[in-house]
Amino acid sequence: MTDTPDILVIGGGNAALCAAIEAAEAGARVLILEAAPKPYRGGNSRHTRNFRCMHDGPLSVLVDAYEEEEYVADLMKVTGGKTDENLARLAIRSSQDCLPWMEAHGVRFQPSLSGTLSLARTNAFFMGGGKSLVNAYYRTVEALGVEVRYEAHVMHLELDGDRIARVDFDHEGQSHSLSPRAVVVASGGFQADRDWLARAWGPAAKNFLIRGTPYNRGVVLADLLDQGVASVGDPTQCHAVAIDGRAPLYDGGIVTRLDCVPFSIVVNKEGERFYDEGEDVWPKRYAIWGRLVAAQPDQVGHVIIDAKSINLFMPSVFPPLKADSIEELAGMMGLPAQKVAATVAEFNAACGDTSGFSPMELDGVTTTGLTPPKTNWARPITEPPFYGYSLKTGVTFTYLGLKVDERAQCATDRGPIRNLWAAGETMAGSILGQGYLAGFGMTIGTVFGRIAGKEAAAYANAA
Amino acid sequence: MQMQPEFVEEARRQAEICNACRYCEGYCAVFPALQAERAFAEADLTQLANLCHNCRNCYHACQYTAPHEFDLNLPKALAELRHDSWDAFAWPGGLARGFQRSGTMIAAAFVLGFAALFLAARALPAEGEGFYAVLSHNVMVAIFAPAFLLPLASLSVSLRRYWAHVGGGRITLGHLRHAFGSAAKMRNLAGGHGDGCNFEEEDRFSQARRHAHTAVLVGFLLCFASTSSGTVLHYVFDAPAPYGFWSLPKLLGVPGGLLLGGGALWLAHLKLKADPELGAPSAWGGEMGFVLLLAFVAWSGLALWLLRDHAALPVVLALHLGGVLAFFLLMPFTKMAHGFYRLAALVRDAQRREAS
Ligand SMILES: Cc1cc2nc3c(=O)[nH]c(=O)nc-3n(C[C@H](O)[C@H](O)[C@H](O)COP(=O)(O)OP(=O)(O)OC[C@H]3O[C@@H](n4cnc5c(N)ncnc54)[C@H](O)[C@@H]3O)c2cc1C
Ligand code: SF4
Ligand code: SF4
Repeated sequence: MTDTPDILVIGGGNAALCAAIEAAEAGARVLILEAAPKPYRGGNSRHTRNFRCMHDGPLSVLVDAYEEEEYVADLMKVTGGKTDENLARLAIRSSQDCLPWMEAHGVRFQPSLSGTLSLARTNAFFMGGGKSLVNAYYRTVEALGVEVRYEAHVMHLELDGDRIARVDFDHEGQSHSLSPRAVVVASGGFQADRDWLARAWGPAAKNFLIRGTPYNRGVVLADLLDQGVASVGDPTQCHAVAIDGRAPLYDGGIVTRLDCVPFSIVVNKEGERFYDEGEDVWPKRYAIWGRLVAAQPDQVGHVIIDAKSINLFMPSVFPPLKADSIEELAGMMGLPAQKVAATVAEFNAACGDTSGFSPMELDGVTTTGLTPPKTNWARPITEPPFYGYSLKTGVTFTYLGLKVDERAQCATDRGPIRNLWAAGETMAGSILGQGYLAGFGMTIGTVFGRIAGKEAAAYANAA
Repeated sequence: MQMQPEFVEEARRQAEICNACRYCEGYCAVFPALQAERAFAEADLTQLANLCHNCRNCYHACQYTAPHEFDLNLPKALAELRHDSWDAFAWPGGLARGFQRSGTMIAAAFVLGFAALFLAARALPAEGEGFYAVLSHNVMVAIFAPAFLLPLASLSVSLRRYWAHVGGGRITLGHLRHAFGSAAKMRNLAGGHGDGCNFEEEDRFSQARRHAHTAVLVGFLLCFASTSSGTVLHYVFDAPAPYGFWSLPKLLGVPGGLLLGGGALWLAHLKLKADPELGAPSAWGGEMGFVLLLAFVAWSGLALWLLRDHAALPVVLALHLGGVLAFFLLMPFTKMAHGFYRLAALVRDAQRREAS
């Protein structure tokens, strides 16, 4: 057993690593407890690809400027104002300093990925993706003398008045306890605990897929909330998107995305359409579709496109089903063939002039007299072969979290907990009340991870 | 000329996952080329395999490596296909597989080579100074000229096969400039970020492999230039060996030998540290044999110069020339071929970029 560290960091993703780096650089002895085994270290952070960053002028790979007010406005739009503006501005303002800090600690950026040019100004992409970022940070903490323990599951934090007196964890089949001076919680949300998800959302959640790590089960979150630590965020909600129905139960990550919906019609298991597939470009709609699919019988949607559209979207990881007739395709998808054929025929009949079709923009090529309508990219599905995909709901993260202040410190209703800080997804509900802004998760984790690490080190060094 | 379907299929499976992900697109030339396709024909995959230089950046960055069910290991999939493609294109075909897969075969060829030289040295009349006292110039030419030309003929057949397979077009100066520019700077070995490969210790970035490879390449070219300058001195200026230290052959050859010999040992050392499961495990022995052969050629060449007045000179000379002979004869069937394929792949890639 190791000596008691000054600072115990719970979790092994972006927020945890940023906290550990800052704390170790401030001279504290740090121990990281990561629940995952080494190949799966890094939580959801290993699946990420970019970081949303404010900048007053060109910065590293980021072009032009993305100023505070625009960033705040973008955030307010997606959260519908459900956000703590004070903390949000803190995260946004600090993001500008974070980018060079990340580079100095081994993260490498690249110009925005092909197919995501719209983000070239606002988001800095990690070369190699989030796992390479996580690797760079593990290299950094190792060099700083931080001890990392994998497959170490934190089970309980003993809250004694206004401080954490003890941390219990399981490692290699044994229970251990430590009493560090300060604790940083960075162990993510609870979305991988499917029973909790089902209790919160309803039984439909049993059919959801988890896009990221199976290790974010909310054990520490539940433990702290049970002891009266202040919480924030809607306990029943999660951020979910529509992904390929054949994705693995956990850890499918980015490749399970399916970008073909705008060029398709989507039917439920009864063979009926249920929403306007062409309402907006896919990146603005995939979250809505996560909820739409969740509301359908068996939480599944079926996407049908024809040969005209097969090359219009990013290739998908699972090959589509393919058939020469709609009936045959419906049969392969396990759908009522007559009904699907009728739905397609009805849709085709409602399509009008398609000469204005333009896949990259809202083209206004719409159906007439159809409910629900398809208001863009509405071309009849007529050209064999026909292709089919299925859609399921994929959960990204949960909103319920620990409430923190601008020093990332946790509290009970009696006031701040002297030696407990939280960072990353586990406190993101403090800022993201609903919705999501691409690249903001890593911003929150980096900014608050760094703050938590510094604050914890200052406390531990003073004690 | 058939590639093994299981290697092609595995490379295709992984390429399709990468194409849906694209996180690694900044690392090397493989990804932009990969992302230009939607479906991968065998020829596309062969070209990708020959663009990959096994830096392993994409393996360590990948969120889908084992134990994940997607089981990504692109460096390995491409290495296996790459070696398989060299086997498939080699001429005469049967020889290739053995040499690529086995260092023992290389060693055996080498032993045979120098035994033959020994016999020749005994049987044939010799006159002259230095090593020409052991083996006359004419005998050396009679042995080495074909040993040099045959492999070049063989390689050109292979490269032509490669070019036809990947559907290469007419080559312009611009394509060549691009390819040689990349190769000379080892641009790809620096990684997209300039931090180098993840070769010898998991995800740690290092320039060691790039520097070692540069030492070998520059050393080899210097040695080659040294031999060429000797040939010119011999024929044009009628100035046969031995040459003094301040002569062109020595001024090129000594640093060349040191770079080649040092670089090759360095590469062998790195290779011992690297995880064979991120390359083509079956080619490991052949690659190692080849690197050691290079080292042997370099060090025995230097020994030749140091021992020029020593009684052991005939033995060392036979060993050295045997190594050189083995090196040249095996060129089309060893890792040496990679340089030629890599250049061809870079030229092809320049054509693809131009077309897109
Ligand atoms: C597929 C996908 C793509 C995404 N892409 C982006 C993107 O491009 N940009 C962006 O900004 N955001 C993205 N996000 C969101 C982003 O992943 C999160 O906001 C961010 O990673 C949160 O970091 P974190 O450190 O708080 O949590 P995580 O990275 O999830 O880390 C939590 C850690 O805690 C550990 N842990 C959990 N419980 C315990 C316990 N009891 N004991 C010990 N350790 C424990 C876990 O193993 C894990 O290491 C994406 C999410 C997903 C799922
Ligand atoms: S190697 Fe892995 S991370 Fe890189 S592009 Fe391929 S699937 Fe994505
Ligand atoms: S191993 Fe290196 S060169 Fe090969 S595909 Fe991966 S990143 Fe590119």
